[in-house]
Amino acid sequence: MIHSEVHPMDSLIRKDRMPHIWCSGCGLGTNFTCYLEALKKSGIPLDKCVIVSGIGCAGRAPGYTNIDSYHTTHGRAIPFATGLKLANPELSVTIFSGDGDLFAIGGNHFIHAARRNIDINIICINNFNYGMTGGQFGSTTPLGSKTTTSPYGNYEHPFNLVYVAAASGAVYVARWTTIHVRRLASSIEEALLKKGFTFIEIISPCPTNFGRRNKLGEGLDELKYYRNHSIIKHFIDPKEADLTLNGEIIVGKFVDIDKPTFLDNQPDLSQKQDNKVTKT
Amino acid sequence: MTMIRPAIRTGEHFFNGDVACAEGAIASGCRFFAGYPITPATEIAEAMSARMPEVDGIFIQMEDEIASMNAILGASCAGVKSMTATSGPGFSLMMENFGLGIMMEIPAVLVNIQRGGPSTGLPTITGQQDMMQARWGSHGDYEVIALSPCSPQEMFDFTIKAFNLSEKYRLPVLVMADEIVGHMMEKVIIPEKKDIHLISRKKPAVAPEEYLMYQPEADHVPPMANAGDGYKVITTGLTHDEKGYPAMNAEAHEKLIKRLCDKIIKNRSDIIEYEERYIDDAEIVVITYGIPARSTLRAVKDARNAGIKAGMLRLITVWPFYEEKVFELAGKTHALIVPEINNGQIVREVERSARGKTKVIPIRKFAEMHTPQEIFKVIKEVSK
Repeated sequence: MIHSEVHPMDSLIRKDRMPHIWCSGCGLGTNFTCYLEALKKSGIPLDKCVIVSGIGCAGRAPGYTNIDSYHTTHGRAIPFATGLKLANPELSVTIFSGDGDLFAIGGNHFIHAARRNIDINIICINNFNYGMTGGQFGSTTPLGSKTTTSPYGNYEHPFNLVYVAAASGAVYVARWTTIHVRRLASSIEEALLKKGFTFIEIISPCPTNFGRRNKLGEGLDELKYYRNHSIIKHFIDPKEADLTLNGEIIVGKFVDIDKPTFLDNQPDLSQKQDNKVTKT
Repeated sequence: MTMIRPAIRTGEHFFNGDVACAEGAIASGCRFFAGYPITPATEIAEAMSARMPEVDGIFIQMEDEIASMNAILGASCAGVKSMTATSGPGFSLMMENFGLGIMMEIPAVLVNIQRGGPSTGLPTITGQQDMMQARWGSHGDYEVIALSPCSPQEMFDFTIKAFNLSEKYRLPVLVMADEIVGHMMEKVIIPEKKDIHLISRKKPAVAPEEYLMYQPEADHVPPMANAGDGYKVITTGLTHDEKGYPAMNAEAHEKLIKRLCDKIIKNRSDIIEYEERYIDDAEIVVITYGIPARSTLRAVKDARNAGIKAGMLRLITVWPFYEEKVFELAGKTHALIVPEINNGQIVREVERSARGKTKVIPIRKFAEMHTPQEIFKVIKEVSK
């Protein structure tokens, strides 16, 4: 057989769910592999690792991951994950979802979870549009971009996600693109091991929808664009890291601070009686 | 030094219904509460904010009711009994993810201290206007369990009942109270721990390699592995097969929806509870639930004193609806009278179940409780 070799990530994926649904040239497969690599390298016991998503192309990742996985409703991965983490602080909870899911329909949950410093990790795949529904503009779509619901060019200003994350209180904020595989994987590993609310944005090609309508070429062409137009600027003010349709892409780690989490700040009532958390 | 109160506050108390509900939850083992302030349910959140740290639980005030509903589902998946409480507008916001709880089969308790609607309606005044939303508020086909308390004591007791049913049948269970029950203060007796019967979800009896997330047992309910138990849980709000894998076809959908409904329908005799008073020889039966039951009982007693053969059927479990019983009563009565604090919601179920065999008379009341005299008057008119 041709495909007889064991893939190094086989133990971390549900092989019987392959092939995945992602389009040819999509960045999700690479981004997902970076996450799996980070998961492996982090050394966190896999039985304690949980992956949660909302709805969308990226949201399918949990279903392919061979750990506890929760594919929730559109926009609601963060509050669901908040419940998981607070109910069992031993869990390492990561959200792997898209820009539309996390910042349009789910935007309010994002800012509040960051503000509370819930100890969860957010990996946001930003492909600048709603891929699953056929390529509509969203809260990250650059001004002027064409999508199926912005046929004359998008007339809304987009979010700068790393700026939103930093302003909302995230303790770790980074941005990479799909081509930065090593830096991305080590950044995810760093976030997994970091206590508090972490945020990593991955700029990722969607050649089927966003790329095609904006004449960005094939997936590979988009990766070439990332290679030629990304500039690493660690710890610059994320306010300066705005993205445009044909501009440069500032990547790097922008925030890495420490502060007490929601659980650290829980009231400590002395003289507790035998009222321990009842696991059901 | 603050006195730390125990989890189960055995003894006699003077509580309002909201506080009794919070104590019932804690006595059930609830150790996670997520909510958003809303009149007239806020006192439940306030009580939980004080009590959760005392019992090593978590209280979190979320950014809205959508988040609250999701947070309790997540917490329950981590193995901790969880609850939220709200009223009409918040109940509407919770409906989408109430459906997620149905689909993923996650035990939890959702309390609705009803007020007048639609929209902002009457925030501080009572209503029973969400009874049909409780049944049909989320999209798709499904069955629900909803309990209707009529006193602070029942807020305590039925909250425990709701947790037990949610754990047994793996779904979010509704406690459909109202502003009067939530805010009235009465004696509440909290029993000793040994006298509180608690049920916990079935855990997998097989090794992780053999475990299927949605393989039901004879009772149509699949055992549930929690996150972190080593079972590599896979779950989705998409239509799924026994493994929990998405299955996008008619056959899988029919199979799943039928099982989700069957686990309630085929266990109706275990789930449904009711109270009958003066029913055996009754020619007129008042079918009631929640706070109007208290006026109803007085009206029925007055009717008996006046020589009228009246009785009361009080629905403790409003959903699933006890249609067999209503059909049976329809066959041997002159009339079924249905007092509700709404424009007539459960009366539609009574009419449907009676199948034309008797007269069905609603007593519609808005934003206040029926007086016993108002119900007695209708009984008397019907008896003529």
